[in-house]
Amino acid sequence: MLYSILCYKSEAEVCSWGRAKDEAVMARHGEVIQRLTAQGRCGPVARLLPTTTATTVRAGRKPVVLDGPFAETKEQLLGFFVVDCDTLEQAIGIASELTTETGAMEIRPVHFFAPGSPQS
Amino acid sequence: MTDLAWIDEALTAARPQAIGALLRYFRDLDTAEEAFQEACLRALQKWPVNGPPRDPAAWLILVGRNFALDEARRKQKQDALPDDDVISDLDDAEAPLAERLDNSHYRDDVLRLLFICCHPELPATQQIALALRIVSGLSVKEIARAFLVSESAMEQRITRAKRQVSSAEVPFETPGAPERAERLTAVAAMIYLIFNEGYSASGGEVHVRVPLCEEAIRLARLLLRLFSGESEIMGLNALLLLQHARAPARLDANGAIVLLEDQDRSQWDAKLIAEGHALVDKALRLRRPGPYQVQAAIAAVHAHAKRAEDTDWAQIDQLYAVLEGLMASPVVTLNRAVAVSKVHGPAAALAMIEPLAPKLDGYFHFYGVLGALLSQLHRTEEARVAFDKAISLANTAQEAAHIRLHLDRLMKDGTAGSAKVSVS
Repeated sequence: MLYSILCYKSEAEVCSWGRAKDEAVMARHGEVIQRLTAQGRCGPVARLLPTTTATTVRAGRKPVVLDGPFAETKEQLLGFFVVDCDTLEQAIGIASELTTETGAMEIRPVHFFAPGSPQS
Repeated sequence: MTDLAWIDEALTAARPQAIGALLRYFRDLDTAEEAFQEACLRALQKWPVNGPPRDPAAWLILVGRNFALDEARRKQKQDALPDDDVISDLDDAEAPLAERLDNSHYRDDVLRLLFICCHPELPATQQIALALRIVSGLSVKEIARAFLVSESAMEQRITRAKRQVSSAEVPFETPGAPERAERLTAVAAMIYLIFNEGYSASGGEVHVRVPLCEEAIRLARLLLRLFSGESEIMGLNALLLLQHARAPARLDANGAIVLLEDQDRSQWDAKLIAEGHALVDKALRLRRPGPYQVQAAIAAVHAHAKRAEDTDWAQIDQLYAVLEGLMASPVVTLNRAVAVSKVHGPAAALAMIEPLAPKLDGYFHFYGVLGALLSQLHRTEEARVAFDKAISLANTAQEAAHIRLHLDRLMKDGTAGSAKVSVS
């Protein structure tokens, strides 16, 4: 079974970390990524930029683009895509294509990305 | 002690919202601050035992409000203060309050709190000191250290500034759209001032004061979280992040200034640059250009260049032309001249800045750029005079030392054809 592990933490707190603390946390996570990747058990890992960089595409007859993160509590996280785009506009285009009748797609730029083990 | 660190961080993060809301209730800054202090004391007692509340800001607002109401009653009736348990029974009250205090309330509360510090009659340094004290919650000692003045002098300055803002009439009703826009502009300018005070200190021995830059970024991010659709606030964030990303490379091991083109770019903070780029991209999409966005775009062009010689100076020149259109100022033209000297040579740049002399007579950078352009044109004697003038106008020891370096080269080589035109 593949599992996804989603990280939640106060963004204000993480943003106020000094460089040393940030690097220490990344190094600790890096060790886990390396170990699991060597065992062929690690899928893609991504670290997202803060929610201030987020754009949300809300589904509808014509999708609406909102500046800011997904802020509703009545919908749940169901899945995610990682796509390579030259501009935010392209990402918005892809997200709009993916929407169904309701719900929303939050677009967040990725800062750190490890592709993980080659899939068998 | 790590147990208490998370409480400290939570209290700091909740501070602007909590004081902003308490100010709305009591319409008095001292009462709001006192109420928040008391709420923090209670948090330090309760949170280690009960764990963090779901919404720390709402908890602090409720406890602070109850305390201040009791204080007011006590003063009125001269009654004894009720027992601690009677007034701090919060477990049931928290949830409904948290629902009432939605984001839109916080938004105007925080904006009002920041806006109060931008009182037009307060000099810039006092606006900054007040904001750092009230909104960020830095101690008087920390602020005094940042401004290199004694603690008692800073205490006096803040007290005086506070008195001035309390006598000002700031409406407490929810602001209308034009008023909100006006407040945002003033607050953004103040946050930029805080950043600049840290980025290029206005006096003393220390050229870069990282904590002030970090505090400015924290406030800018807070503002953007509350006003997520404002392109200029995106621009402000991007500008601060892209400039601050260069901080690790701006001074060498001896604390001397390293010019942009000489900086070790591998030391630039890639994460801050990525965040800045993402915000520039997001803001440009909205097609509502403004000065912060254009300046951020310029910083992004610099950040994009892997080596100094890869810098797209023609694009920087164009962006400065746009900036001149948005906010014409001799300083903008001076900066544009640096780009022009790279694209069209020093003579063209010199022709551009010579008319600025009367307006920039007291400006350190003007004479630095002038000296560098003149020395590139082998007008050695005039260059020396310009550099001398720059030294006399330097704001920090590092600025003076940096120009002296140019002068030494000029004297040694006869020409300092290598003198670089740049800003750090």
